[in-house]
Amino acid sequence: MSPTLAEEGLTIPDAPSEPGEFERSLRATRESGRKLLVAYVTGGLHDEWPDVVRAVADAGADAIEIGIPFSDPVMDGPVIQEASELALRDGASPVTVLDTLRTIDAGVPLAVMTYYNLAFHMGHERFASLMYEAGVRAAILPDLPLEEVGPWATAADPAGIETVMLAAPTAPDDRLPRVVARSRGFVYAVGLLGVTGERDALAESSLVIARRLKAITDKPVLVGVGVSNGQQAAEVSQVADGCVIGSALMRRVVEGEGPAGAGAFIAEVRAALDAS
Amino acid sequence: MSLPEPSSSGRFGEFGGRYVPETLVPACQELEAAFREAWADQSFRDELDGLLADYAGRPSPITECHRLSAELGVRVLLKREDLNHTGSHKINNVLGQALLAKRMGKTRLVAETGAGQHGVASATAAALMGMECKVFMGEVDMERQALNVFRMRLLGAEVVPAMSGSRTLKDAVNEAMRDWVATVENTHYCLGSVMGPHPYPWMVREFHTVIGKESREQCAKLLDNEIPDVVTACVGGGSNAIGIFSGFADTTAELVGVEPAGGAAVGRGVPGVVHGMKSYLMQDEFGQVQEAHSISAGLDYPGVGPEHSHLSSIGRARYEQVTDDEVIAAFQLLSRTEGIIPALEPAHALAWISRDRAKLAGKTVLLNMSGRGDKDVGQMMEILG
Repeated sequence: MSPTLAEEGLTIPDAPSEPGEFERSLRATRESGRKLLVAYVTGGLHDEWPDVVRAVADAGADAIEIGIPFSDPVMDGPVIQEASELALRDGASPVTVLDTLRTIDAGVPLAVMTYYNLAFHMGHERFASLMYEAGVRAAILPDLPLEEVGPWATAADPAGIETVMLAAPTAPDDRLPRVVARSRGFVYAVGLLGVTGERDALAESSLVIARRLKAITDKPVLVGVGVSNGQQAAEVSQVADGCVIGSALMRRVVEGEGPAGAGAFIAEVRAALDAS
Repeated sequence: MSLPEPSSSGRFGEFGGRYVPETLVPACQELEAAFREAWADQSFRDELDGLLADYAGRPSPITECHRLSAELGVRVLLKREDLNHTGSHKINNVLGQALLAKRMGKTRLVAETGAGQHGVASATAAALMGMECKVFMGEVDMERQALNVFRMRLLGAEVVPAMSGSRTLKDAVNEAMRDWVATVENTHYCLGSVMGPHPYPWMVREFHTVIGKESREQCAKLLDNEIPDVVTACVGGGSNAIGIFSGFADTTAELVGVEPAGGAAVGRGVPGVVHGMKSYLMQDEFGQVQEAHSISAGLDYPGVGPEHSHLSSIGRARYEQVTDDEVIAAFQLLSRTEGIIPALEPAHALAWISRDRAKLAGKTVLLNMSGRGDKDVGQMMEILG
């Protein structure tokens, strides 16, 4: 007989019924009538990255995802791959990124986006508590799907780290509610079939997944992957509560536009969202 | 069956699992169900067996190496997977997966390749079955295995360089997974080894158990119903090794996997998660995956299939390491004594036998000759001058 998930130590704990700090902040913003904008910044990319975080916060991001670079980012397209590689070459590690993060007073909630092996290698409890001490309140681990999230969530929930789950267009109707139930902070709606990166037009699939999610949850639903500019952000936020912008922002940073360019871009997206 | 099925979560002991982006979870579940159903369907098995016999040329023979054995003082038997169509064991798995993909209604295969053997096999199966095929190959490997790149293109496949990271097998897997995330509706990821997310390590093993099954029967005849003392094979991801081990797991034969010293996941790694699986993995102090370095593009991989991690942790198999120089010597030794030019990958297993010949004196060792050396002749010509 094959052992059960419990016997394998893989039981998935129910998410705490009360929203955490990160989610409460997004809910409050949503209730104020504002569309939510989450910006992704690769931690450790050039010495100026803390200034990029501050600039993006000042320009109107409601929360910021800090990418801790990983050697094999399978969910990321060319821009974030390059940003990660450059940051790793500059010596970025989970410890240096989180240490620096303590010194940044961005004034908005922070999440970490990285890949599971960094958490697994350091140990779930230690990784979660290091994040918390650095001011991080949520984690996005794109290679840790529902079936594998148990051991991590068991450590992260009591440590005050809200684990954001991804909901993909490929999920059948009976799967989405389970993903949503386990998601904390917000629900990350994957806008299209593919990896992170800019696209010329908003994919129809991003509206479809947003609609499917909005129909089953009142947790904040944010669309990420393939949301590339203010116009697309506004379009998708007609259905969703907001969006995540990553590659479009990081391309500007990789191309040397610096904190000023990053801030200007996010201000542009913010304005488009507010006007919609 | 001599090697058990993984658990319902796809684990062999603590290793394995399904660590993939959410987008791919339904595809992995669908693949698992389709494989389970096909593998229990006699008509699928018959069709595959027919292809393995009439197209790939199975069964492959076992060759007793008289001159080599005399030189080493060890009785060496070779399971001749190098004689299969496309020149390696890879065809067993690829024919199985392509048939399954077709049965699932997929029209396109995407694959990764290191030395090019799996890429060539995938391109071959795609040509045979009228499917589209795209193969990702590290830029570095495309240079050292230019002949296989040309072969794949002749067979109608598109070959795309993986330009990120170490630009070898590890990065080709990343690119193939990224392609699959975007194309999962019409595409099957034809993974080339016993690695990746569940059900791949199990499914690919099952497609290679034909090696072990044939070897067991052939050894029974050759050795008068005795079994070999040692069964050995090279290990990168570990598909040819698990294939031959599967035939002897329930015997007293010692199972020995041989890794390149520069890519020894079992020998030098610690448990980690990459490419959809938990397994031994070469990584730095923070969990960043390290680049492997091996003369053999096919073994230039920092991880290993999860079942090998399990077999090592329970002590059923052990894993040795050999250096590039030992491999070069073994490559020449087999060519000179037996008239068989091996691929650099199985030359690793021979290098171990040669180095440990004093300990192995008088024993019978079955080695999986997983591929032929044609693809490596150019590289060896440069090394040997």
